[in-house]
Amino acid sequence: MSVSVQLCAGLAPSCVLKVPRSSFFSRRSGPTLLGLLLVLATLAVSLPHAALAQEPPYFVAYSSALEEPGNLEIAFKGLTASPKNANAFMSHTLELEYGATAWWTTELYLQGQSTVNDSTVFTGLRSENRFRFLPTEHWINPVLYVEYENISAADKSLLEIVGNDSISDLQPSNAELYGETEREIEGKLILSSNAKGWNFSENFIAEKNLSNEPWEFGYALATSRPLALAGSSRSCLFCRQNFTAGAELYGGLGTTQSFGLASTSHYAGPTVSFEVPHGPAISFSPQFGLNDNSAGVLWRFKVAYEIQQFRDWFRHNSFRGGSR
Amino acid sequence: MKLRFATLSILLLSSTLVLASSSWLSKVPKADRARVNPYAGNAEAAAAGKLIFEDNCAKCHGDDAEGRHGRPSLRSERVAHATDGELAWILRNGQAFHGMPSWSSLPEQQRWQIITYLRTLLTDR
Repeated sequence: MSVSVQLCAGLAPSCVLKVPRSSFFSRRSGPTLLGLLLVLATLAVSLPHAALAQEPPYFVAYSSALEEPGNLEIAFKGLTASPKNANAFMSHTLELEYGATAWWTTELYLQGQSTVNDSTVFTGLRSENRFRFLPTEHWINPVLYVEYENISAADKSLLEIVGNDSISDLQPSNAELYGETEREIEGKLILSSNAKGWNFSENFIAEKNLSNEPWEFGYALATSRPLALAGSSRSCLFCRQNFTAGAELYGGLGTTQSFGLASTSHYAGPTVSFEVPHGPAISFSPQFGLNDNSAGVLWRFKVAYEIQQFRDWFRHNSFRGGSR
Repeated sequence: MKLRFATLSILLLSSTLVLASSSWLSKVPKADRARVNPYAGNAEAAAAGKLIFEDNCAKCHGDDAEGRHGRPSLRSERVAHATDGELAWILRNGQAFHGMPSWSSLPEQQRWQIITYLRTLLTDR
């Protein structure tokens, strides 16, 4: 069975690598997006000066924690599922998150997916910004989130569920879906509280396709807590403080024309993360579909690595040049 | 109408800048200033605080807490004279418009452990 590679034009969501029916990840499929992502992830892990992030272990919900100024986080987010009446798939997302200031975090996502008995496709990119606009901590801390998406309908990352999103939307083949490009803007109001080691986060999502379609709404709720609140006095890999456990619940809320829970999908599940001291943070979550519009289980995982004070790499050069 | 709007905007902007530029110490509420570090003087907490400091704070303030790339030293007179409660307040709230992020998602116990460690640095001076 041959491998056909269609034209990959820049970052446009029209890059398709056909995967043979006999093998999901074939040697002959060449430098696939997955391979590229794995190389980047390996590169990130091999970089020095990496350390822990203070982000809770959420996959869909956001807390008020922003990336620390000057830090660059490189993360690989994966999702795999075997929905009823559809081929199993794996979604790959490369996430580059940079702390521009203490009140502004900017992020770029590059996304793709591989579907069994189908193909591997690059599905597009997202650019998001989060702004914290209150200078001090409050009982509830608001963060404003603004995102622009240029993604293919073949995207299966399920980074948020909005409107009447349903798992049946993913049944058509990649060939049918990937040419359909969605340009969307998305806003979120992130509310987050920290109390006695617990984090509680509530996100309200509004998304608008830039074509003539109604606004779509969604929600995400999450909570988490480290297994130990006080730090250990000795350096240890498996200290309880390095583990955080929590839960997430998210789903769609219809559109401006049909607001409500009818014909929407919802997921809930536990989430756990392990932060390797001076190393990556690894998160995992099985998320269970709560109704017939949802997939049975979404298996999510994430490996994130933070390059501390990435900005200083460039400042260091300017010091040597005598500019300061 | 346009002139009035512009004047109002300039007034709002300048008052925001004046408020933002004042020292963080003056913003700490009385109740926070008086808070007591439950780990004060505890050697084990200071050792834990050193590890947390190395993971989270050293990247900006330096391994020796002397400051890096224009970020402030934590061995300064200002920090030495601040109460534990005031240091706890700045760790929790940060100074977002001056580059210091909020560390509220770090558990409070770990923030107190950092302060306990900082006190050992200040007595070492």
